[in-house]
Amino acid sequence: MPDKSSSKQSAFDRRAFMAGAAGSALVPITARAAAEEARAPVAQDPSLPVDVTLRVNGKDKRLSIDARTTVLDALRDHLKLTGSKKGCDHGQCGACTVLIDDRRVVSCLTLALAAEGQEITTIEGLATDDRLHPMQQAFVDNDAFQCGYCTPGQIMSAVACVKEGHAGSEADIREYMSGNICRCAAYPNIVAAVKQAAPEIMKG
Amino acid sequence: MRPFSYQRATDPAVAVQALSAAAAANDALTKAAAQPLAGGTTLIDLMKLDVMRPTAIVDINPLADGWSAIDPGNDGLRLGALAKMSDVAAHEEIQRHYPVIANSLKLAASAQLRNMATLGGNVMQRTRCSYFRDVSYENCNKRNPGSGCAAMDGVNRMHAVLGASDQCIATYPGDFAQALVALDAMVEITGRSGTRNMPFSELHKAPGNTPDIETTLRPGELISAFSISGRWPRSVYLKARDRQSYEFALSSAAVALDVREGTVRDARIALGGVATVPWRAREAEAVLKGQKFDDGLAQRVADAAFADARGRRHNSFKIALGKRVVARALQQAVTMEI
Repeated sequence: MPDKSSSKQSAFDRRAFMAGAAGSALVPITARAAAEEARAPVAQDPSLPVDVTLRVNGKDKRLSIDARTTVLDALRDHLKLTGSKKGCDHGQCGACTVLIDDRRVVSCLTLALAAEGQEITTIEGLATDDRLHPMQQAFVDNDAFQCGYCTPGQIMSAVACVKEGHAGSEADIREYMSGNICRCAAYPNIVAAVKQAAPEIMKG
Repeated sequence: MRPFSYQRATDPAVAVQALSAAAAANDALTKAAAQPLAGGTTLIDLMKLDVMRPTAIVDINPLADGWSAIDPGNDGLRLGALAKMSDVAAHEEIQRHYPVIANSLKLAASAQLRNMATLGGNVMQRTRCSYFRDVSYENCNKRNPGSGCAAMDGVNRMHAVLGASDQCIATYPGDFAQALVALDAMVEITGRSGTRNMPFSELHKAPGNTPDIETTLRPGELISAFSISGRWPRSVYLKARDRQSYEFALSSAAVALDVREGTVRDARIALGGVATVPWRAREAEAVLKGQKFDDGLAQRVADAAFADARGRRHNSFKIALGKRVVARALQQAVTMEI
């Protein structure tokens, strides 16, 4: 069993370590000239990186990436926004859910290049200053997670679920949240959280 | 995932040109070097699995301005191929005049996937046969023509009982296509020489000896719209599955009826989850038409729908289940308030 008290006191930060390790392995891509002329809509040489500007949480981010990069990998590996989680990587679990132009989608099946010019909102973009978004607060209040891995996807999906008008009953919430799988089965608490946050979100 | 070039098609001519330029004359559409990208929920998934290996992706999402209209009129309905499943499912007039369409879409996939997936891509989605999706199984006539079929003697609980051949028993997985085939929809196809229309029922091909050829579309052709004549307010989509939500059908039925004074004047029945293609049950319709509806008739119609069904080791239950789904869908359609 891990010793909770010692892990709390430890100065070691797993995320900072992981991000640092990943960052040091990333070599800035400078071969831009060829990529520039290869910009869409003209088909480019697949072996060259492609320049793309993604708008994430209200800010433009310029990237030079392999055309195969998904929005999820662009967020996690290139922009260090590791809130969106990679569960199945095949659109089946919902852990990677983000909003694109205010609609919930699975970022693991969305090519970053195809998302250019659209507004991407991730879990990192929900809170304002030091105030949690009502849905984040509702998940805390209702203990709507155990391990937490599916939670960012659940929360993004839940925000959209409410705005779509699909949170009017518990049956609706269950139906319209079915694309987010929780292996810990915190479902009753997730339903309670969505119910709690819905009126506040609809108030605006 | 294998490398590919990415191209954004800004108008239909560019898309068609890019898709046909990369095609060899004898390419099966599913093996064509260039593939169109719409919602991506099938294509990107199968590329990650190495089942599909295009070298060029033509992103047709910029065509949505012209190709995503939802147009219900007094005489019929036109749906743009790039309309999103979620938008069509939520459209009030579709729900009122074509409940079979709205519900087939609402009961498919998840809210996220329905926001991404387009109608055209939805009907082109590929089978969920686990042997097809896993390239470590060498014998799949769909992926490797002539290699055999791992499902025949494998775990075939999810496989088809109608329309199968001794080459392939993979199930057509979708829901919306059953609504289209039931309502005699037409599909509009855009290609190099302009647009053509054909009955939607002619789009999908039963596996026969060429399970790798799934549709009659040719490389360089794109679905641009669907159209349906008339309105079908007395229509139902019923889906039986292993869990309550977010699951493919074990058996489903799209039913549309015209009932006057208890007599069935017109009847349309299509089956999902049980067949290799979106399956129109014409023999069952013939049993139903012109008759006074009662539960005994519903049972005879259901029996007719599965008269030619052939079960295998693990999927014979679909015949009994499918009959019950048909009978219940008919009962729901007859009794619904419109």
